[in-house]
Amino acid sequence: MTWETVIGIETHVQLSTKTKLFSRASTTFGQNPNTNVNLIDCGLPGVLPSVNKEAFYKAIRFGLAIGAEINQTSIFDRKNYFYPDLPKGYQITQMDLPIVLGGSVEIKTKEGTKIINVTRAHLEEDAGKSIHDKFDGYSAIDLNRAGTPLLEIVSEPEISSAKEAVAYMKALHQLVTFLDISDGNMSQGSLRCDANVSIKKKGETKLGTRTEIKNINSFKFIEKAINFEINRQIKELENANSITQETRLYDSIKDETRSMRSKEFANDYRYFPEPDLLPVVISDKELNKIKGTFPELPKEKLNRYVDEYKIPDSDAKILSSSKSLADFFESSLENVEDKGLLAKFLVGDISSLLNKELIEINESNLTPENISQLINLISDGTISGKIAKVILEKTWKTNARPEEIIEKEGLTQISDDKEIEKIIEQILKENSNQVEAYLAGKEKLFGFFVGQVMKLTQGKANPKAVNNILKEKLKK
Amino acid sequence: MSIQFKSILELKSMLNSKTISSSELIEETFKLTKDLKDLNCFVTMNEGSAKQKAKQIDQGKYKNNSYLTGIPLGQKDLFCTEGLRTTCSSKILSNFIPPYSATVVKKLEDSGSITIGKTNMDEFAMGSSNETSFYGNVHNPWKRSYVPGGSSGGSAAAVAAGIVPASTGTDTGGSIRQPAAHCGITGMKPTYGKVSRWGMVAFASSLDQAGPLARSAEDCAIMLNEMSGHDLKDTTSLDVEHTDLLRSINNPIKGIKIGIVKEFNLNDLDSKIQEKFQDSKKLYEKLGAKFIKISLPNISASVPTYYSIAPAECSSNLSRFDGVKFGHRSRDSKDLNDLYIKSRSEGFGDEVKRRILIGTYVLSAGYYDAYYKKAQQVRRLIKNDFESAFQTVDLIMTPTSPNTAFEFGSKGAQNPVELYLEDLFTISSNLAGLPAISIPHGMVNDLPVGLQLIGNFLREDKILNAAHVFQKNSEFHLAKPSLEDF
Repeated sequence: MTWETVIGIETHVQLSTKTKLFSRASTTFGQNPNTNVNLIDCGLPGVLPSVNKEAFYKAIRFGLAIGAEINQTSIFDRKNYFYPDLPKGYQITQMDLPIVLGGSVEIKTKEGTKIINVTRAHLEEDAGKSIHDKFDGYSAIDLNRAGTPLLEIVSEPEISSAKEAVAYMKALHQLVTFLDISDGNMSQGSLRCDANVSIKKKGETKLGTRTEIKNINSFKFIEKAINFEINRQIKELENANSITQETRLYDSIKDETRSMRSKEFANDYRYFPEPDLLPVVISDKELNKIKGTFPELPKEKLNRYVDEYKIPDSDAKILSSSKSLADFFESSLENVEDKGLLAKFLVGDISSLLNKELIEINESNLTPENISQLINLISDGTISGKIAKVILEKTWKTNARPEEIIEKEGLTQISDDKEIEKIIEQILKENSNQVEAYLAGKEKLFGFFVGQVMKLTQGKANPKAVNNILKEKLKK
Repeated sequence: MSIQFKSILELKSMLNSKTISSSELIEETFKLTKDLKDLNCFVTMNEGSAKQKAKQIDQGKYKNNSYLTGIPLGQKDLFCTEGLRTTCSSKILSNFIPPYSATVVKKLEDSGSITIGKTNMDEFAMGSSNETSFYGNVHNPWKRSYVPGGSSGGSAAAVAAGIVPASTGTDTGGSIRQPAAHCGITGMKPTYGKVSRWGMVAFASSLDQAGPLARSAEDCAIMLNEMSGHDLKDTTSLDVEHTDLLRSINNPIKGIKIGIVKEFNLNDLDSKIQEKFQDSKKLYEKLGAKFIKISLPNISASVPTYYSIAPAECSSNLSRFDGVKFGHRSRDSKDLNDLYIKSRSEGFGDEVKRRILIGTYVLSAGYYDAYYKKAQQVRRLIKNDFESAFQTVDLIMTPTSPNTAFEFGSKGAQNPVELYLEDLFTISSNLAGLPAISIPHGMVNDLPVGLQLIGNFLREDKILNAAHVFQKNSEFHLAKPSLEDF
């Protein structure tokens, strides 16, 4: 039997505001437990929420970027449930009137570009964290995260594979980082999702029973969790079992999903309009201001890189796809003559270092000053491309300036023809057998001689000069 | 010289003329609280800090001399007071000492007034008789075995017994006006949003409003002048200019138009209460007021509407009392669920539990539309009724309560709804967010009776003007209980 998968994703994006959605406590990550907490965050008797408009502006930027309708009047609702890290016993969220309505996101698939429609995106406050493994016999509560603004983005059930789900999440990640509305840091929980997965027979129009996989926080796990769940559902149905509508948890260590709670035990959240907040109105003036300061999105960046800096399309695509890489490129540009070389270096050597350690460039030791200096040193012939790689690895580790490294390690390129000639003569003398073989027609050996020169000079010889002089010498 | 039963203005003139020092005044006040301990007006006293502040005032450390500088006040135990226990008359908050003060408390204290203690009340302001307090009944100063009304019963009794010239209260469905009526004093619920709710423990957020209880309309104006104002910490507080309510309080009321609500069939009330109402009407006519029959077609739905919305909001507002962060935590819970159930079962009294249950029910999936949503729609209609009524009248006059105070245990024990009907005349102004006052206008069977004046949105000035002129031309508000039972 052929099965079709239907996936809808709810994404929680932590908005990068300085303070919380309804209080003035800081949102900085990684502080000591319960230090970014004020009266409002711990839900003391008598406190009232007050609104942080910055969060609204960020939500609106997202809405505009996906071509959505913006509800300029925002109404909040209470979602009631008991949990120790939810201090008030309810979460303030948006039910009937989300700030962002509709819109769509483009994803790349094997078959080409696909549009995933967004149902809505609404603002809500995050909960705190329960810590179960720190104190014997007790659970502890850290409310630092409580009240951090979240944008919950709900997709239509239009995603049809785990790969597409990953592509969708990557597209969202790219958007929110480019819009500068979130740091997008998945390991810190700034971007996490719940995936609603169901399967149906190919061609069937009625949707199957869905399960919801909660709180997935890496691209890798999204793919694995969804694939596990699809296969589990297929097995159940092919064994003539039925699917229970339930919430499931993905265990990344065992690589499986397992049941958390079924719908019968699901909460009745008793939503009702939040009486402590008047409707929040965004004026036309505010909306226009947001439109006026709209950041450049990947597509526009790509075109500009190609047009303005004559960078090859393939390099420009990679540079523009990551906010941090694009930012780095743009901050390095000013002092660099050869923009193409800069792009090539970022897309090539630097990207492979980043990929190896799975970090973004802004999390590395590299600075635009150092990299632009390095590129200029290549362009003016001070160092070879090969030495550049050595220097890159050093500055990657130590954050030292390339010029310093060159001076300290004596890595300046040897471009003096006479000096190179001397070295070449020495090499040819020491390898007379190979010279004979070469002259007898074994031209492959040319590379061997180049290698020997580089070895002797520790890579410092100017490769162009080496080539020319070697050719000249071997003619004789 | 006795300070008992003195108004704010009288005490102020004693202080200004140095007939009494602030310290002496506070000393005398605490003496009264001890003599009248049996009334059970206070849950927690603030003796140390109060005396210290009085001393500072005597030493001239409070430069800005307002009407309230040096004046002792009671604060309803629903307002958070920094460093001073705040219980809401509930067991669940019996050990709660807030790290901050409510805006109302702060404003009053900044004006130089002295908080002498936290007044007893119905638990979390849920009740009309002060019988739901974990800390025991407050007695009616006029008759010991009678209720003082509620929920601001301690505040009303403390003023009526002459211990303090004024107290703060909160009014969600009549909780200032009804006890003011039952205790024979003046109490005012302002327009929703006139006074900040920051630091006032929420019962029903969209209905709760703080206000004063005092010995006269004039004193209420003094209190309200200090209490009101826009507060950035409360987004529902009104960002409007708050005019001095004393400025127009003496204006003649000739030509003022007062509405009588057609739908309130006063013939059903006790004939003596009807009589009082007619007498007051005549007095107002003599003072130049014109009475007009008005219709509030949806007013009969106000009690059921209120008892859907208020419990719904209460069920959510009281969720934070879960034994996790503050307040009572059960000692022997097996797991998280058990902790919730036991802490809340032990911590809350019956009436609070009843309202949490009602509220949870009306918000539940499948019932929300029929109850909560419908109630909100009816609320809108009631609001519209008032809006059109105020096109033709300046004020609306009703009795404050259908009855005088009743004996402990006589109402609501079998059927809580009986007690809910106490709020018949007061509830609608909370639903519509309108200001209203209760002033004493005579005695029936040795118990005070209250008269209610409801005003249009933010027209506290008109209400206080009419109430003050009434009090200048009558002596009902000057009556004092003998207190011989205490």
